[in-house]
Amino acid sequence: MNVPIDDNLITYLEDLSYLTFSDDEKNRLKAELKDILGCMARLGELNVENVPERSHPFDNVNAFREDDALPSFDRGLILQNAPECDGEAFIAPSAVAG
Amino acid sequence: MKWEIVMGLEVHAELSTKSKIFCGCKAAFGGEPNTYVCPVCCGMPGTLPMLNRAVIEYAIRTGLMLNCEIARTCKFDRKNYFYPDLPKAYQVSQLYAPICSGGFVEIEVNGQKKRIRIREIHMEEDAGKLIHDSPGGKTRIDFNRAGVGLLEIVSEPDFRSKDEVLAYLARLSETLLYLGVSDCKMQEGSLRADVNISVRPFGEALGVRTEMKNINSLKAIGRAIEYESARQIEILENGGQITQETRRWDDEEGKSCGMRKKENAWDYRYFPEPDLLPIFIDDKWLERARLTLPEPAHRKRERYICEYGLSEHEAFVLTGHKNISDLFENVLEHGGEPLESAHLIMGEIMRLMNDSGTLPEDLSVDGRKLAILVDLVLRSKISRGAYKEAVLAVYANDAEPETYVAQQGLLMMSDGHIISEAVDMVLADYSDAVMDYRAGKIKVFGFLMGQVMKKLGRAGNPDLAQSALKKALDAEVGEG
Repeated sequence: MNVPIDDNLITYLEDLSYLTFSDDEKNRLKAELKDILGCMARLGELNVENVPERSHPFDNVNAFREDDALPSFDRGLILQNAPECDGEAFIAPSAVAG
Repeated sequence: MKWEIVMGLEVHAELSTKSKIFCGCKAAFGGEPNTYVCPVCCGMPGTLPMLNRAVIEYAIRTGLMLNCEIARTCKFDRKNYFYPDLPKAYQVSQLYAPICSGGFVEIEVNGQKKRIRIREIHMEEDAGKLIHDSPGGKTRIDFNRAGVGLLEIVSEPDFRSKDEVLAYLARLSETLLYLGVSDCKMQEGSLRADVNISVRPFGEALGVRTEMKNINSLKAIGRAIEYESARQIEILENGGQITQETRRWDDEEGKSCGMRKKENAWDYRYFPEPDLLPIFIDDKWLERARLTLPEPAHRKRERYICEYGLSEHEAFVLTGHKNISDLFENVLEHGGEPLESAHLIMGEIMRLMNDSGTLPEDLSVDGRKLAILVDLVLRSKISRGAYKEAVLAVYANDAEPETYVAQQGLLMMSDGHIISEAVDMVLADYSDAVMDYRAGKIKVFGFLMGQVMKKLGRAGNPDLAQSALKKALDAEVGEG
């Protein structure tokens, strides 16, 4: 893995995720990212030359359900999980793209 | 310098399945906000998706109609991005192995035929709807639409004019409607087009493109293309450079504005969706799908012309929307005479639709009932005026035609005895006019005829009344 884990990368990720980190958080994230990517990089050491590529650990295919509409959840119950709501809709900070 | 506009289209068609792609919530349009939602489509932790078989069927059938190759094995991938309309913070889509690839749509512009190549069709889930009118500048989110199955139909950059784009969209929505896979209502967002557009001096390499989103009518697409191509040409002619970005089309303002710098594919960190098993499509499944394909509209047109003797214009109007051609064929199935039935739909039915602001997709008239009326008018059982009235009753109130014409006294009076009685009475009442007629003032015939019809009422058979009156006048002349 050749991506340099530096402030530029963190700024880039902040941009993509619409998040802002403090300097302390940035330093912590840099260390954690190094560990995570280092761990994933170990997979690259495996010899996979004769291993066919696959997208799923199981051999099963075609797990479907039929196209039947079922009753939905109670709106009040679903909205309990909203950080903010007005009884009808979830409410989020302004998302008008600038 | 002469500029060439180069465009490619990404069309999102919302599928008209009963339920969403990964859960059993209704996939219907409208509904009170957040009433067609459950933990799966709201992205609650610990939930798992379960794929709707109908979405695969719809994709296969669409691919076959658009001349695509259908992948035998395909799978879903996760497209990760952060936006409040996406509750899981990823969209389940297809990148590495889409279900259909390499098709084409044939269009015709100004008599010139052209093939627009389709790069691929993939399946994905729709996002929720953001409403930006909340007080305090906050955004309200309705997840009713989140998780509704979509087909994204991606063309190659084969368009060179606005008219080609519009012809393609017309042909595409015609096909989807005939298949019944989408209702293609642009105003409700079930058909949405993103236009990738760039300009270049003729013969040179492709320019930098922008992507125009948020265009929700054919008219707006035309305007957006004109605006954006002119904007790019102006920048380039002034020595500037085009920024690769996504732009939002504001139809009210009649201009586009930059939304965000275009994210690169790697920014989406696509990876195979681990919660869904791969899909394997065997020969049998493909064959079954092939058997359910409808007759394409252009073949219908040819058939209407050859089999029913319709003109090219008539065939074109009747196949303009699936519901219209379905109604026409339904009338014929119930014995309606083809030419009269065609004229009924193109004339009275379309006029009524127009008057009531009914769109073809909302048309609901019983073809059997229209067939009965066509038969009644052709056998002279009802007059043209009564026919019109009865068609309105069937159209607006789903009236039973035979009962309606009987109750309203519209069945034409064809009883010879009653007609000759009426004629005799008129001859007696208007002896002066009769004498005038005999003296050669043929004009008074119209007056006498009017009096006979008055006596018979609106159900009187004018053809029979006319010949009875003529016969009586001539007979009296002969006798006298």
